[in-house]
Amino acid sequence: MARIAGVDIPDKKRGEIALTYIFGIGRSASKSILSKAGVSYDKKVSDWTEEEAIAIRGVIAAEHKTEGVLRSEVQLNIKRLMDIGSYRGLRHRKGLPTRGQRTKNNSRTRKGKRKTVANKKKATK
Amino acid sequence: MGRSLKKGPYIDFRLEKKVQALEETGKKTVVKTWSRRSMISPDFVGHTFAVHNGNKFIPVYVTENMVGHKLGEFAPTRNFRGHVAKKDKGKR
Repeated sequence: MARIAGVDIPDKKRGEIALTYIFGIGRSASKSILSKAGVSYDKKVSDWTEEEAIAIRGVIAAEHKTEGVLRSEVQLNIKRLMDIGSYRGLRHRKGLPTRGQRTKNNSRTRKGKRKTVANKKKATK
Repeated sequence: MGRSLKKGPYIDFRLEKKVQALEETGKKTVVKTWSRRSMISPDFVGHTFAVHNGNKFIPVYVTENMVGHKLGEFAPTRNFRGHVAKKDKGKR
């Protein structure tokens, strides 16, 4: 069990993959962290030595925004858009897609579960 | 895709002139404009613009946070008031 960047405990996986369990670190950030810390991408997290873990923590702390800090930054950016009353802010308020996608169908990720409005009665012939 | 940095931000030439004139005289009058595509430059802060939305002019008071956005972002062109209650069709 290794604790990196706060609460995250990636385990049993190759370092390159395990680091992506941290919010704010993807594959390319993960690779750059490992090469800067001088750890092989393929090394399992359980095989990391204490020094290696410290080096990795150091690189993340110095160069990457992760977890809480990053989440609050994203929220602040959204709040800014809403406060200035821009179109993107309005779309965020309504929970609709902000980048001009169609909303006639789909965009369920933003809109959430379907809310059906009273079904039309089938005309009997 | 963003605009090339080489060109700098797009601001309607006439709109820019009008704002500069306002800056020089120190007056705060409403600037009527159809140029929704113009970027809000730092000079615009504190002025009010009447931005056309295709139907009428929407007053937009520019604050510091708005710099870098386009004027059109603050004058919505569509006004969705919800679906008709009795009609059976439609979601929500």
